[in-house]
Amino acid sequence: MRLAVREALLSFRRAPALSVLSITTIAFALFVGSLVALVALNLRAALADVAERVEVVAYVTRGTPVEVVTTAMGDIQSFPEVADVTYVTEEQALARAREQLSEFQDVFDDLSVNPLPASLEIRLKPGFRDSGHVQQVADRVRGFRFIEDVRYGREWVAKLDRLRSIAGAVGLLVGGAFAAASIIIIGTTIRMTVLQRAREISIMRLVGATSGFIRLPFLLEGALKGALGGGVAVLLSYAAYAIVSRLLLRGQFFSAGEAVLIVVVGTALGLLASAVSVARHLREV
Amino acid sequence: MIKLTKVFKAYPKGVLALRDVSFHISKGEFTFLTGHSGAGKSTVLKLIYADDLPTEGEVRISGFVTRTMRRSEIPRLRRRLGIVFQNFRLLDNRTAEENVAFALEVTGARRSVTGPKVARVLAQVGLAAKARAYPHELSGGEQQRVAIARALVNDPFVLLADEPTGNLDERATRGIFQLLRDINASGTAVVMATHDLDLVRQAPYRTIELQDGAVVYDSAVDAAAETEDLA
Repeated sequence: MRLAVREALLSFRRAPALSVLSITTIAFALFVGSLVALVALNLRAALADVAERVEVVAYVTRGTPVEVVTTAMGDIQSFPEVADVTYVTEEQALARAREQLSEFQDVFDDLSVNPLPASLEIRLKPGFRDSGHVQQVADRVRGFRFIEDVRYGREWVAKLDRLRSIAGAVGLLVGGAFAAASIIIIGTTIRMTVLQRAREISIMRLVGATSGFIRLPFLLEGALKGALGGGVAVLLSYAAYAIVSRLLLRGQFFSAGEAVLIVVVGTALGLLASAVSVARHLREV
Repeated sequence: MIKLTKVFKAYPKGVLALRDVSFHISKGEFTFLTGHSGAGKSTVLKLIYADDLPTEGEVRISGFVTRTMRRSEIPRLRRRLGIVFQNFRLLDNRTAEENVAFALEVTGARRSVTGPKVARVLAQVGLAAKARAYPHELSGGEQQRVAIARALVNDPFVLLADEPTGNLDERATRGIFQLLRDINASGTAVVMATHDLDLVRQAPYRTIELQDGAVVYDSAVDAAAETEDLA
């Protein structure tokens, strides 16, 4: 084991150019992957923000006793999709309208009766904020006799759905493509080091080294390069994020856990790629 | 100790490299394997160090039967053999002593053990003074001595040498051949593949000649036949 560690470290000293090249290659492959992940992360956060606003508004028939509404609110609250229900009285509705539409102040002042109905505002739990569930909740609420009308941005919610599935598909596709590309690139890079040491491997075999003994330094080397590449990728992503944040728009960066995950993924990719390359080579010799 | 029984070796494209080869090499014996290039000398050696398996027949080396042994046993077999090549096969970025120590390190030997052993074999091949030299600082003959030291360091029972003098001038050739004879004199069997007939004539050793993959002459068998004729 000590010898394997020594050999793995020595390989950096013996071929510094190749080592730097492989670390850089791994770093860039992971960097591009991280960028895709970062875009996906921010897109998801933005979509979640928008989805937060998905709500069903049920207008209450004028003159409905408050007790009736309150009882109904309890029922609605117990729907599995529902996060919370808020009762907006006629007065509150008017006050809100005044506040939001200040340019029509005169019109409001001239009103002798409040034309706005009371309403129930129903917010849905995350995971139910798509058109199917919204429709179901709306239909069920419509079933209450005192409900005059139910509104929700039907088209708007449908568009949000589409946007979400497109974003998901694109993320999956692009992410998958980059992951595959990374594995191929890292595999090729490790294979270069394996080929560079093909003579050494064949001599090791001649003098009776076991396959495990031959493999270990390469695996360590691959894991180390993957980890270093992952670290560099996180730094590059942070630099890219900082630049975009300053110049274009504020987004969010990976959490510490996610950053560690990138390094772990790098290590795993390095390990996997070197295992495959060495195994292929050991079969050939 | 080394026994080939009715060995055939065919390569994928239908080339028959060995046909019906049988011979037995005893403990401590010095054997020449001769024949033109392409006659099958290297193939025989490869079958002995389990770099390749016979298509038919059996290759048995001191208890190991190459065709039935597990792949994981190959390293154990090779640690008991010493192998030397025409092109030395040294690692360029390691000194003579590091090259020799390498063969011990891969077996998991401790550094405290490798040091004295390496020094001993380097002295045995006459290179004690050049232990710290890199291969490119050594002559061809000296590089081959390093390779032989590496082959000896695991105390093999047989040294397999594939054209060990093929890249050397006459003087170096004589030196290496003498070294192999000395090694044999101390009890290690030597199987030397060569097409250098001058060398073969110099010493009264057993000679097996291959032609197109078949044994056409084996001095041991002929001698036995002669004895039989006389009797």
